[in-house]
Amino acid sequence: MLLSMQGISKAFAGVAALKAASLEVEPAEVMALVGQNGAGKSTLIKILTGVYRRDEGTIAFDGRDVDFTMPAEAQAAGIATIYQEINLAPQRSVAENIYLSREPKRFGLIDHAAMRRGAEAVLKTFNLTIDVDRPVAHFDAATRQMVAIARAVTQNARLVIMDEPTSSLDEREVAVLFETIRTLKRSGVAVIFIGHRLDELYEICDRVTIMRDGQTVAKSPMADMPKMALVRHMLGKELAAFQAMAPGEEKPERPVRLDVANAGAGVRVRDVSLTVREGEISGLAGLLGSGRTETARLIFGADNLERGTMRLAGSERTYREPADAIADGIGLVSEDRKIDGIVPDMSIRENMTLALLPRLKKAGIVDRARQDEIVTRYIRALGVKCASPDQPIKELSGGNQQKVLLARWLATDPRVLIVDEPTRGIDIGAKSEILKLLRSLADEGLSVLMISSEFEELLAAADRVTVLSDGTSVKTLPRKDLSEAALLAAMAHQVE
Amino acid sequence: MQTILRPFAIKSSGDLARLGVMLALAGLILFGALRYDNFLSSFNILSFLRYNSMFALIALGMAFVIITGGIDLSVGGTAAMASVVAALFSPYHWAAGLLGGMVAGLAVGALNGFIITKMRIQPFIATLATMLAAYGTGLLLADNQSVSVSYDTGFTVIGQDDFLGFPIPAWIALAAYVLGWLVLEKLPVGRHILAIGDGEATAGLMGLKVERTLAAVYLASGTLAGLAGVILASQFGAGQPTEGVGWELFAIASVVVGGTLLTGGSGSVGATLAGALLLAMVFNILNFENGLGWISLSAYWQSVIRGAFLLVVVVLQAKLMARR
Repeated sequence: MLLSMQGISKAFAGVAALKAASLEVEPAEVMALVGQNGAGKSTLIKILTGVYRRDEGTIAFDGRDVDFTMPAEAQAAGIATIYQEINLAPQRSVAENIYLSREPKRFGLIDHAAMRRGAEAVLKTFNLTIDVDRPVAHFDAATRQMVAIARAVTQNARLVIMDEPTSSLDEREVAVLFETIRTLKRSGVAVIFIGHRLDELYEICDRVTIMRDGQTVAKSPMADMPKMALVRHMLGKELAAFQAMAPGEEKPERPVRLDVANAGAGVRVRDVSLTVREGEISGLAGLLGSGRTETARLIFGADNLERGTMRLAGSERTYREPADAIADGIGLVSEDRKIDGIVPDMSIRENMTLALLPRLKKAGIVDRARQDEIVTRYIRALGVKCASPDQPIKELSGGNQQKVLLARWLATDPRVLIVDEPTRGIDIGAKSEILKLLRSLADEGLSVLMISSEFEELLAAADRVTVLSDGTSVKTLPRKDLSEAALLAAMAHQVE
Repeated sequence: MQTILRPFAIKSSGDLARLGVMLALAGLILFGALRYDNFLSSFNILSFLRYNSMFALIALGMAFVIITGGIDLSVGGTAAMASVVAALFSPYHWAAGLLGGMVAGLAVGALNGFIITKMRIQPFIATLATMLAAYGTGLLLADNQSVSVSYDTGFTVIGQDDFLGFPIPAWIALAAYVLGWLVLEKLPVGRHILAIGDGEATAGLMGLKVERTLAAVYLASGTLAGLAGVILASQFGAGQPTEGVGWELFAIASVVVGGTLLTGGSGSVGATLAGALLLAMVFNILNFENGLGWISLSAYWQSVIRGAFLLVVVVLQAKLMARR
């Protein structure tokens, strides 16, 4: 066995990220490492490569116990990592990037000619002929990835870790990458392949390790793991903590408010069609990397639509930037509150009225009385538990932070509200509260597009669910057809 | 043929900007030569080189710092302090003065490197603090006045004499630039400096020793500023605790005009020299213009004109880069 990680545990600030996780890799095999966001894949890899230190557990590489304290040590031992955001120096040349920190030297000076020759030779083994003197930034994502792999190969790596290597590649580029992986295998190099696109996993990987909630939940040869089973292992089952809140019966068809048809941009969103009617919660489901968040960004104008059309209440719209969408009454509560939502050190009052400030001005100055009125109203309406509106938002629990964010958008009086993973990182009690809130907002006429990875959430709250796979909307399930089995089947769907 | 031309090949937008500064320098020299009688006189050339070598040295250190994505505001204060230290040591031996000044600069550089890499303070803040500290130390050591250097130990030779027909400060600067070029272009550490400027986190993940390299760069910048202080003391016969104000800005301007990106990751030693010479040349030409007697520009107006010239060069560069 080339690599054996056993009983790996790691906690950050008291919160367990890994609980006795394990991972084993044989020489010359491609091991798929899969799991939802937050399952612990990245943490496990970072512990292996010395970015983080483990709290517990053992790591044996090539028969020896190892404990890398920094990435350079793991590299020296023969473990190369190709991160999602490919870690190359963009302004340096291809040849320099391949040999950085191991430059060929003559009389103590860099031997540029030898470096150039070596770079050209190693790239040739991957059927790539490019000007190795040009900066890496001049090349497309696939070529940059090839350069990163070439760097790994010249380091005599025996294990190459690829973190979502296909996420920014088109089909032709993926084929080239897979050919490269096969070349690596033939020379005895093992690969850990972190990915989400099922078809790709089944095409290139020999075995699969599935993680969930910081634990390794399944290991199996790829061939013995049906797609349905793989998806089920990844998503797991959370106890149904909230009862179904939507009325079971089909509601009368209301007019369509948001209608997205054959939308596409780049390689992440290929062909997405979905509708959200007035006063309904429309779910958007799919595995990680299926293009859900990217679809939301398109609707919100954060990315520009390249193909397809979008209609709001019947009239066609194109947004160049989020401000256009906001002016049209579209709001987006994004997935990661900490990154693009809250301003941690500002008060609840300020966080809640951030999007609204331009409208709260009186003679150029924020009208404090109106601000107070709005803040008080929403704190009461949404049941935000806080000491006072002036409390810094970082002191609130996740669920209450989420309510403040919802209030921020509700205060702008939107017609369409997109919520991306609205209950992520929120405890179960608060989850059902947030869902109830969304439900009652919809009942008052708001159109909600809810992105969610949790089946229970979709089953409990959504009036219809559109399932995305590989950037394509593969199925729309009306309320009456919604079931876990139906969602699983749609997610594991193969594009014919 | 292709191999011979390789060093001149334009591979990145930075190369284009650097080509631009070389052309601008050549154009300015041509302009001066045609317009003023004594512009190419050996007196003008030698005094130009003698005086501006100090700034060239500081700009070289600054170029390395900026390539890593940092900034060193302490160089002016460091040079002033080093000139005092050099003057105080000059009575013992000319080498004592030389080494004393350089060690003083090295000490500030080491402190900068320590604060930035170990205490993780932003370079702007760290070097702002050491700039103030360096000026203060210089004034303390000099007791708030110029410190006369010794004329008996040969210390003044460093700043005032010639060697093989060229001023010694110019030889020193030339040596420093050749060394700097060698480091940046030919030694692995130079490539690492560029890669760190391109992205510190990435460089770390590629196994480069980021902290050590950064510390070395600030050390070098401090030492070069110290050397400039030695030349200052030697050339003007006194340690000058109140000199050096604004030198860091002149150095930053030289580096930027030389096509080095303030965001780091790109830059060239040769173009930095051209940038420093270009800015100095504007000064020189303004002096000659005054000498013609048609107009009389005060020092204030000269400052305004230099600022405007700097702006024009930087805007032109930005345009050139955007076009690619």
